[in-house]
Amino acid sequence: MITINNVCKYFGDRKALNDINTSFEQGKVNLVIGRSGSGKTVLMKCLVGLLTPDEGEILYDGRNFNLFSNEERQNIRTEMGMVFQGAALFDSMTVQDNVMFPLNMLTLQSWEEKLERVNFCLKRVDLENSNNLYPSELSGGMKKRAAIARAIACNPHYLFCDEPNSGLDPKTALLIDELIIEITHEFDMTTVVNTHDINSIITIGETISYIHEGTLEWRGNMDNVMSSDNEKLNDFIFAQPLTQRIRNLM
Amino acid sequence: MIIKLLEIIGEYFLFLQKVFTKPYKGKVFFRRLIDEMDSMGVGSLLIVAIVSISMGSVITIQTAMQIESSWVPAWTLGFTVRTSVVMELCPTIISCLLVGALGSRITSEIGSMRVTEQIDALEVMGMNSASYLVLPKIVASLIVNPILIIIGIFFALTGGYLTIVITGVTSPYDFVDGLTSFFRMYDIVYVLTKTIVFAFVISSVSSFYGYRIEGGALELGKANVNGVVVANFLILTLNLLITQIML
Repeated sequence: MITINNVCKYFGDRKALNDINTSFEQGKVNLVIGRSGSGKTVLMKCLVGLLTPDEGEILYDGRNFNLFSNEERQNIRTEMGMVFQGAALFDSMTVQDNVMFPLNMLTLQSWEEKLERVNFCLKRVDLENSNNLYPSELSGGMKKRAAIARAIACNPHYLFCDEPNSGLDPKTALLIDELIIEITHEFDMTTVVNTHDINSIITIGETISYIHEGTLEWRGNMDNVMSSDNEKLNDFIFAQPLTQRIRNLM
Repeated sequence: MIIKLLEIIGEYFLFLQKVFTKPYKGKVFFRRLIDEMDSMGVGSLLIVAIVSISMGSVITIQTAMQIESSWVPAWTLGFTVRTSVVMELCPTIISCLLVGALGSRITSEIGSMRVTEQIDALEVMGMNSASYLVLPKIVASLIVNPILIIIGIFFALTGGYLTIVITGVTSPYDFVDGLTSFFRMYDIVYVLTKTIVFAFVISSVSSFYGYRIEGGALELGKANVNGVVVANFLILTLNLLITQIML
């Protein structure tokens, strides 16, 4: 479980995150939703330690990241897996080498053990026969799946996904969503997903935190996100003609 | 302007502090070091050879024109060409050339990794991305650049010799006699010192400009230009300083 207490982040005079209080539960897909520029990515970068909050604290199962030494921070990062918006696979490596990379760097396993783990992860994301392909030879959806395989290679406790569906067609986006929720339940991870994809919100949002202009506006789940009376959330959820029609039918 | 310059210098030294930490895994470091040495050395050999032969030939012809007099001993041409090529032209000109060939490649490689979040991915895995990416490049260039410049010196002197043979400005024997006259071991120390300092400047400055990119393709282009300009400026300035101190 990840708990966020009173987190603020400034960039110069601009307040990117304003007193955020929320928690992300273990074994669930926790969505952070909001418009572009609302502060979702800043929050995620604070969660994975790429940015340091100016105020407040982030607790990983009770452990305060901000109080850690650099070495302790590096250790806790080994418990994290992250899927970046653009997948961030290493261009010069094959899919197999990409997935094996964290195992090479963070474990003392033998080559056979690492290969077995790589093949398991690739099979789990339906990329069994892609070991020797380079990222440039993969489609957008395959890149995301390879990135998920790399993220889960070291059995992380925490999985972070920054807009995993961006740039994908609706069907592939749905497959990625299904994969994320399946592996979250299977490995009992605390998964945090940044998204503004309505399909993801109503299908995998086991907990949902809505951020508007750096402030946490609403917290709920996929069952009550469509029936909320929060105006700002409704402006966001029902911005598209399709969702407006659904609302009219409700 | 001055404050910004001081900020960049401070940022550069903090970056170096982050780079010079114990590698996460020695085996991985050595594998990356070998890869870097291979791509830096083999990738630059042809251009170094072409420029060196051309430089040696031109210096030989120009020097021969300047000292065409019966009062000047016959070995003077070889001696002057050797001194110019070994002491100054090869270390400095080839290093400036390597800024373009190696430096811009390093900036582009690290910069594109920054833009596509690959560096963030390394950090999230708990790794020191600066040390993992940059340390092998700096160590490789400290090993490879002196070798490239020694090869460059060989090609430049060979170019000069071939020019003598083809044009017949002086006898090849006198030219070789000049090349081998008044040799001092200290000159080699001086040349290698310059080369190693320049190699460090090329790899560290180029990596620094690639690593600190914020933005996209436009910033990558700007970082490339800035890296080349700053590295060349530092090489020329340090050349003056080292020459003043060591000679």
